[in-house]
Amino acid sequence: MEPAVELIDAHKSYGSVQALKGVNLAIPQGELIAMLGPNGAGKTTAISLMLGLRKPTAGRALLLGMDPTQRRARSRCGVMLQESGVNGALHVRELVDLFRAYYPRPMPADRAIGLAGLREQASMSASKLSGGQRQRLYYALAVCGDPDILFLDEPTVGMDVESRRAFLDGIKEFAAEGKTIVLTTHYLEEADELAQRVVVVDRGVVIADASPAEIKGKVAGKRVTFDTDRALGEEDFRGMPINHLELRGSHVRLLSNQPEPVLGALFRRDVSIRNLEVVGADLEEAFLALTSHDVEAAGAKEEAAG
Amino acid sequence: MSTAIASTPTFDVAPAWRIVLAQIKATLIGYWRLPTFVIFSMALPVMFFLFFGLPYAHDKLPDGSSVGVLVMANLAAYGVSSILVFNVGIGRAQSRAQKIDLLQRATPLPGWAVIAADTAGALVLAVISVVVLSVFAVLAGGISLGFGDWVLLVVRLILGALPLLGLGLAIGYGTGVNAAPAVANLIYLPLSFASGLFIPLQQLPKFIQQIAPYLPTYHYGQLVRHGLTPTDESLGTAVLWLIVWGVILFGIAIRAYRSDVARKFS
Repeated sequence: MEPAVELIDAHKSYGSVQALKGVNLAIPQGELIAMLGPNGAGKTTAISLMLGLRKPTAGRALLLGMDPTQRRARSRCGVMLQESGVNGALHVRELVDLFRAYYPRPMPADRAIGLAGLREQASMSASKLSGGQRQRLYYALAVCGDPDILFLDEPTVGMDVESRRAFLDGIKEFAAEGKTIVLTTHYLEEADELAQRVVVVDRGVVIADASPAEIKGKVAGKRVTFDTDRALGEEDFRGMPINHLELRGSHVRLLSNQPEPVLGALFRRDVSIRNLEVVGADLEEAFLALTSHDVEAAGAKEEAAG
Repeated sequence: MSTAIASTPTFDVAPAWRIVLAQIKATLIGYWRLPTFVIFSMALPVMFFLFFGLPYAHDKLPDGSSVGVLVMANLAAYGVSSILVFNVGIGRAQSRAQKIDLLQRATPLPGWAVIAADTAGALVLAVISVVVLSVFAVLAGGISLGFGDWVLLVVRLILGALPLLGLGLAIGYGTGVNAAPAVANLIYLPLSFASGLFIPLQQLPKFIQQIAPYLPTYHYGQLVRHGLTPTDESLGTAVLWLIVWGVILFGIAIRAYRSDVARKFS
C-alpha cells in the first residue's frame, strides 16, 4: 500500500524566503502524526505542498502516490486550513451538504455535524457562530466527505478548554476508524495525547521525527531562574550548555539539560546570584528548548538536522 | 486498524453535475438570505422605467415601434448586464477576501465549477429581473409585446450579455473587495449611459455619440433592439462586435484569474 502522504526532498521558497529546505517525510496510511513547530517553522507550507495548494520549488509531493492536485487524490482528503472562509449566509447543515456534494462517498450530514459537536447549531448561519464553533464547522466540512486522510492545520486555535477537549475526542474517534490524520499544532500536549508519531519542524527542516515519548526524553531539561547584581548579556553565557536563554535586565531565565556546569561557570565568572530556582522544564519549555536558536542550541540542532 | 482502508481501493470523484448543482443552490440561498444587493439590482431598472419609460409608454416612433417596449428592452439590458458585472464581480472579490477560495481549492471542487455556478446563479437572477421589469412595464405602462417576441428578447438579453460576464470576472479577480464596487460602477455606469441604454444616443453630447459605436454595451443594445425597431447596424455586425469584446474582456479576466491563482497557489 502506497504511503498516504510523501514529501521527497521538498523545497519551497517564497521569493527570497526559504520556507522548506529539503523535507523528506513518508506517512503510512492509518497513522496519526502531529507536526510540531513554532510559528513560521514551515508546518503550513508542508501541509500546502501535501495538498497541492502550493507547488514545491524543488523535490516532490505525493498524495496517495498521485499528484496532490488531482481530483482523485483530493476526493480522499478532508482539510481544515488555518485560513479559510465559507459563505456566512448559509446554515451549518447547508454548508455540510454543499461540501458533501464535492465528494464521491460522503458520510451522512448528521454524522459529520455530530462528530463536530454542532447538533444544536445545525440551523445557525455560519456568520453567527463563535470562534470555536466556527473551527468545529470547518472540522465538519473536513470530515463530511468521509476522507481517508484528514489534514488539520492548527485545528484548536480559538477554542476554549471545553470545546478543545470535545474536539480532541472527536479526532480520536475518527482516527480509530483507521484514518490517516496529519495534524499541525504548537501545543506539545496535544501532540502527546493524540499522535503515534511527532515530526518537529523548525526553520524549514525536520529536526526530530519520533514517538512523543522519545521526543520528550530528548528534550527533558531543567528550567533555571535567578537574579544577578548586574545586567548580563548573551556573551556572559557563551560556550555553556544552554538550550534557551531569556534575559530581562538582571533577571535570567534559561533552559538546560546540564544546569550544574552552567551555574558552576557563572560562579567562576564572579556573577553573584540571588533567588536561584532550578525546576524540571514542562512540556512547553521542552519544546521551546528543542526549537530554540539561542547560544549553543543552534549548532547542535543543525547537526541533528543534517 | 488499516483493514477499513485496504478494502476501499476504488478511486473516483463526485459527478460534476452534482457539484455544480449544489454550488448553484448555495449561491441562490446566499442571495435569498442577503437580498439587499439583489433587490437593488432588480429595483433599479423598474425605477428607471418609472422615470424614463412611463411618460412615453404609449408613444410611437415614426417607424411605428413602441417607445415603451424600447425603453423596457434597454432597461432590461442594463439590468441583465449589471447583474453579470456586479453580482459576479463583487461576489468573486468578496469570496477571495473572505478566503472562501482557499478552502474550495483544497477540496475536490474543480475551479471551473465555482465560476460556472456563479454565472448560472447570476443568470437566474437576470431572468427574474427581466420578468419583474416586464410585468411592471405591462401592468403600469400598458405596453404590449407578444410572448414569442418576449422570449426572443430574453434570449438576446442573456446571450448578448455574456461578453460582459468577462468584465465581471475581470473585476472579480483583478480588484480587491473594497475596490470592486467602485471599479464596477466607474466602468459600468458610464458604459451604459454612453451606449444609450438610459437616454437615446441622439440626446447625448456629440463626442459620446462618436465613441459609442466602439463600446460593448452599444452593440448589446443594438442586438437587443433588433427586430423591435430599425437599428443602426445589422444583427451580424452587432454579434461580431460582441464576440470581439467577449474575447477582449475574457482575455483580461483569464489574466486576472491566472495571476490571482499564481500568487496564492504556486
